[in-house]
Amino acid sequence: MKIGVFVCHCGSNIAGAVDPAKVAESARALPDVVIATDTLYACSEPGQQGIIDAVKEYELDGVVVASCTPRMHEATFRRAVERAGINRYMFEMANIREHVSWIGKDKEANTNKAAELVGMAVEKLRRDRPLIPKQFDINKRVMIIGGGVAGIQAALDCADGGLEVILVEKTSSIGGKMAKLDKTFPTVDCSSCILGPRMVDVAQHPNITLYAYSEIESISGYVGNFQANIRKKTTYVDWELCTGCGLCMEKCPSKKSTDHFNEKVGVTTAINIPFPQAIPKKAVIDAEFCTKLIKGKCGVCAKVCPSKAIKYEMEDEVVTENVGAVVVATGFDLFDYSVYGEYGAGKYPDVITSLQYERLLSASGPTGGHIKRPSDGKEPKNIVFIQCVGSRDKSVDRPYCSGFCCMYTAKQAILTKDHIPDSQSYVFYMDIRSPGKMYDEFTRRAMEEYGARYIRGRVAMVYPKGEKYIVRGADTLMGTTAEIEADLVVLAVGAEAAKGSPQLAEKLRISYDKYGFFMEGHPKLKPVETNTAGVYLAGACQGPKDIPSSVAQGSAAAAKVLGLFSKDKLESDPQVSHVEIKRCVGCGKCVETCPFGAVKLVDFRGMPKAEVIETVCQGCGICAVTCPQGAIQLEHFTDNQILAEVNALCRS
Amino acid sequence: MSVLEGKELRIVGFLCNWCSYGGADTAGVGRMSQPTDLRIIRLPCSGRINPLFIVKTLLSGADGVLVSGCHPRDCHYAEGNFYARRRLEVLKRFLPIVGIEPARFEYTWVSASEGQRWQKVVSTFTDQIHGLGKAPRLTPSAEALAAASAL
Amino acid sequence: MSSPRTYAYYPGCSGLGTSMEYDISTRAVCKALGMTLTDIPDWSCCGSTPAHTVDHSFSTALSARNLKIAAKAGLSTVTTPCPSCLTNLKTAGKNVKDAEFKKKVEILLDGQLPELPEVMSVLQALYEDIGADVVAEHVKKPLTGLKVACYYGCIMNRPPEVMEFDDPEHPIAMDKLMEAAGATVIPFPLKVECCGASLGVARKDVVAKLTGKLIDTAAGLGVDALVTACPLCQMNLDLRQDQANAALGTRHRIPVFYYTQLLGLAFDLPEEALGLDKLCVDPHHALETAKERAQNTKVREETA
Repeated sequence: MKIGVFVCHCGSNIAGAVDPAKVAESARALPDVVIATDTLYACSEPGQQGIIDAVKEYELDGVVVASCTPRMHEATFRRAVERAGINRYMFEMANIREHVSWIGKDKEANTNKAAELVGMAVEKLRRDRPLIPKQFDINKRVMIIGGGVAGIQAALDCADGGLEVILVEKTSSIGGKMAKLDKTFPTVDCSSCILGPRMVDVAQHPNITLYAYSEIESISGYVGNFQANIRKKTTYVDWELCTGCGLCMEKCPSKKSTDHFNEKVGVTTAINIPFPQAIPKKAVIDAEFCTKLIKGKCGVCAKVCPSKAIKYEMEDEVVTENVGAVVVATGFDLFDYSVYGEYGAGKYPDVITSLQYERLLSASGPTGGHIKRPSDGKEPKNIVFIQCVGSRDKSVDRPYCSGFCCMYTAKQAILTKDHIPDSQSYVFYMDIRSPGKMYDEFTRRAMEEYGARYIRGRVAMVYPKGEKYIVRGADTLMGTTAEIEADLVVLAVGAEAAKGSPQLAEKLRISYDKYGFFMEGHPKLKPVETNTAGVYLAGACQGPKDIPSSVAQGSAAAAKVLGLFSKDKLESDPQVSHVEIKRCVGCGKCVETCPFGAVKLVDFRGMPKAEVIETVCQGCGICAVTCPQGAIQLEHFTDNQILAEVNALCRS
Repeated sequence: MSVLEGKELRIVGFLCNWCSYGGADTAGVGRMSQPTDLRIIRLPCSGRINPLFIVKTLLSGADGVLVSGCHPRDCHYAEGNFYARRRLEVLKRFLPIVGIEPARFEYTWVSASEGQRWQKVVSTFTDQIHGLGKAPRLTPSAEALAAASAL
Repeated sequence: MSSPRTYAYYPGCSGLGTSMEYDISTRAVCKALGMTLTDIPDWSCCGSTPAHTVDHSFSTALSARNLKIAAKAGLSTVTTPCPSCLTNLKTAGKNVKDAEFKKKVEILLDGQLPELPEVMSVLQALYEDIGADVVAEHVKKPLTGLKVACYYGCIMNRPPEVMEFDDPEHPIAMDKLMEAAGATVIPFPLKVECCGASLGVARKDVVAKLTGKLIDTAAGLGVDALVTACPLCQMNLDLRQDQANAALGTRHRIPVFYYTQLLGLAFDLPEEALGLDKLCVDPHHALETAKERAQNTKVREETA
C-alpha cells in the first residue's frame, strides 16, 4: 500500500501550537507512507489540488490528512481523493486542531501528540478497504411536525415546490404561538391578518394533508424512507361532518372549561373551536370538562348539531404515513413563571404573562380587545412590565436570553398607550437587546414617542397593597430603589423548549441540548440540518427565535428537503455491518440487538444466517460487539482497525 | 514515538462520534485547555465498544482508558449507550479480578454541546491517572511461562 | 407523636434583657410540649452583629466556644430562639469545616475543637421535630378569631445555604404553627422584608420608614396582631411603633407578639409565664376583639 500524509498548518491555528513539518517528518518513518508533507491550508483549493497531484505522482492508494475535526471536513477531503481516482473510503483524518493545537500551548507535547494521532490514522488506513455505496429509492413526501408559523412556511414552500406534504399539529388548529398574538413588532402588523391567509393557503393547498389534533406516536426508517405512526387524538366530533358553525359552543352548558388558546384568561365551553380563524375550523370536546363524558348526562351538543357530527364513543386512531424527510417545527413553550415566588405569579390575579396580556389586547380575545384586570375587570392605568422572567437567570437554570422579549415588551408598551391614552407603562429591564432591522428604532419609539418609562434593574418583589400592587426593584442607573404602584403587572416570560421535546427527539433520533432545544448539525454551517440524515429543524424548537427568523428557517428547511428530493436515488453509507457468512452460526443475537431492524435471519443451505439490509443499517456497530463469533463486522470500524489504533498508541 | 517521559502518561479515549467527539470538538473550538496525555479513538457509537478493547488497551500498556458517549436517552442510534452502560459497568467490576485497578478506567456521558464538561472530564481523569502513576507492566515471569508451556 | 428530645439551649443576650418575654415563653412552651432544654453552661456572646464585621475567625471562635461546651456536655443539638445567634452559630459550624480556618479558631480557643453539634432554631425544632399536628394536640384554648400576620424577618431563613430551613422567600413554619394554635393567618407579603435591624441606633429615620411600611401593610390587611420570631424585629415593630407612626403620619396600634407567647396562650399557660406584660403595645385589646369575633361567628352559625 502507498500512503500519503498531509499535515495542515491551518494558518496559525495549528502551526501556532504544533510543528507541522516535524509531524510530517515523523510520519515518513511510518510503514507504507511514501510521502508526507505539510501544507498551509489543506482544505483550500491549492491544498486539495496538492493532495490530488501527490496521489497521481506517487500512485497513492490511501491518504491521511492531519488537520481539523473530521466532523468538519471529512466529506470535503473524501471528495478530493475521489477526484484523484481513489475510493473515498481510503482516507483517514487525524484531528490535530480541535483535539491538539486549540487545547494546549505546549508545542513539544502537542507536536508529539499530533505525530501519534497521525500514526493511529495510518494504522487504521492500512486496514481500510474500498467501499461502494448502494443506491436506493426515495419517497418524495415530507412530514412537517408542528403547525406554527415555521411549520406553515415549510409546508407551503415544500408544497409549492411540488412535494406532497403531511402537516401534523398537536392542537386542534394550526397557527401556533403567532396566532395568539395581537400585533407583531416592529411594524405593529396585525398578527392574524398576516398569518390568517397563510393558514387558509395550507387548508386549500392540494399537496398538503393536514393532521390537526394529532401527535407523532413513533417513527422508524431512515432518510428517504421513514415510516411515521400518527396518533389522531379523539375529538369526539366527526370532522368529516362538522361544518364549524359553532352552534354547539353557544348551547354547551359547561362554560367553565380551561381556555388554552386564551392562555387561561377567562374560560370557554367544553366543546369549542379555539378561535374564529382556526384552521381546520372544527369543534373539539374537552373530555376533562364535558358533563356527558364525565357523568354520562347532557348530550346537548349532539342534539343541536345540525350535521350530527358529535360522536361521544369516538376513540384515538393511529394512521401510518410513509415519507422521505421530516421537518421538525415544534416551537417553544413558556417558562413556568410561578418559580419566581417574589413576583407573586400564580398567587395574585393581576400578575400575568405577556402572552396573556397579548390575549387581552387582541380584538378576538376574551375581553374583545379591551384591557381589563383579571381580578375586577377595571381598566388599569399604571402597568409594569418585568423583563427577563426566566431568561438570563442562572438561579432558575435559564442562563440564555430568550431574544424576543425586549421587542414584544416594547410593542406591548406601545399598544397599551394606544388602547388607554392616559396610561403609564413602566419597564424593568436588564439590557435592551434589539439587534434587528428597525428593532432598536422601535424600542426607542416606545420610550420617546409613547412615554414608556424604562428602569434598568431587576425586580425584587411584587406585593399587593389594597387594590394596587407595589413593584419594588433596583434602579441601577440612578443607584436607588424604585417602587412603582401598579394596577397590572405583566411578566415577560422567557421561552423554553416545548414540553415533550426530549421525547420527540428520541423518537426522531436527533440530539437535544440540556434545555431540551434540538441540536442543529453545525451551529453556523448547518443551522437547519440535524445529525440525522433526512431530519431538519425550523423555528424555535432549535432555540428561541422571533417570527422573521422562524419563517426564514421554515423556508431554509424546505429548500433542504427540495434539494434532497431533487435526486431520484440516494446513496446509502457503505460504512455498515457486514456478515462473514462462514463464521455466522445463526444465533440471532445481532437481530435482537439491532435498534433499526437492519439484520434478518435468512436460510442458507438449510441453515439460518444473519444478513444485513445495507440501506437500513445505520452503522452503529452494536451488533459487532454482540456477536459471539465475531462474524459480523462494521465496515471502516472493524475490530482489527480499532485494535490497530490501540497498538499504534501502546507499543512503546 | 511515545508519550513524553516524565510529562505524560498513556491515556486512551474511546469516543462516540455524535456526542462526545463533538463535545471534545466544542471544547477545542472554545479553546478550553486540557492536559495533553489523552489520545482519542473515534467510533460511531459507545455501543461499538467491546469491553475487550479496553482490557486489551490496558494490558498493552495504557495507564488509563476513558470512554465517553451520549447521555442516556440521547443516543444517535437510539439505544447504543444503554448497551455500552451495561457492558462497561460489568467491565468496571471485572477489572480487579484481572489485576487492574478499576480507577484506571472510567466511562462518562458528554453531549456535543458540553465543551466545558468535556474539559472537566479530561482534566479530572488525567489527574486521577497521574495520581495512580504508571501502570505496572504485566510481563509474565519465566516460571509462569514455563508452567504454561508445560500444560 | 414524636418522642420528646433533649436540646442544648442557647438563650442569647437579648433573652436576658430586651426579649426576656421571648426566653420565658419559649421555655414554657417547650416544657408544655415535653421538650428538655439544657442551658449551655457558662455560655458567652455569640459574636452578634459586630464580631464578624471585624474578624471572621474571631466571630467564629466566639460561637464555636459555646458549641464546644455543648459538645463536651454530650448534647448533639443546640437550639436557640434568636435568629441572629442562630446565624452566627450555624456559620461558625460551617466555617470550621475548612481545615485551615479551623486551625486559626483552635489557636484562639486554646484547644482542639470536637465534632460540633447541629444548630437549629426553636422554631425549626417545633416545626420539624415536634410537628404542627402535635402542637395542635396541645392546644386547650384555640386562638379562634385572631387574625395574625407572621413576620419572619430577614435572617431566619437566609442565606438558604447556611440556614437550611424552610423557603428563603416564602417561609411557612410560623404560619403553620399559628394555624395549629387556631389563629387565622393572613398571607403577609412582606414576611421576610427588612425591619431596619440595628440601624435603630445609627439611623432612626431608616428604621422608622421600614418598620412603618411593615406595620402599615399589616394594618391594611386588617390583622389584629403581628407575630415575630426575632428579638430585634419585635423591638423595632413594638417599641418603635410610635416613631414609625410619626414618620408615616399613621396611628396604628398593632400588638407584636412572639410566636411562643401565642402558642403559650393557646396551651392555656398563665400570662405571667409568657411575659405578655412586657409588650409595649398592649395586646389585650386585640385578644378581646378576637374573642368577640369568634363569639359573633359562633352565634351566626348557630342561628343560621
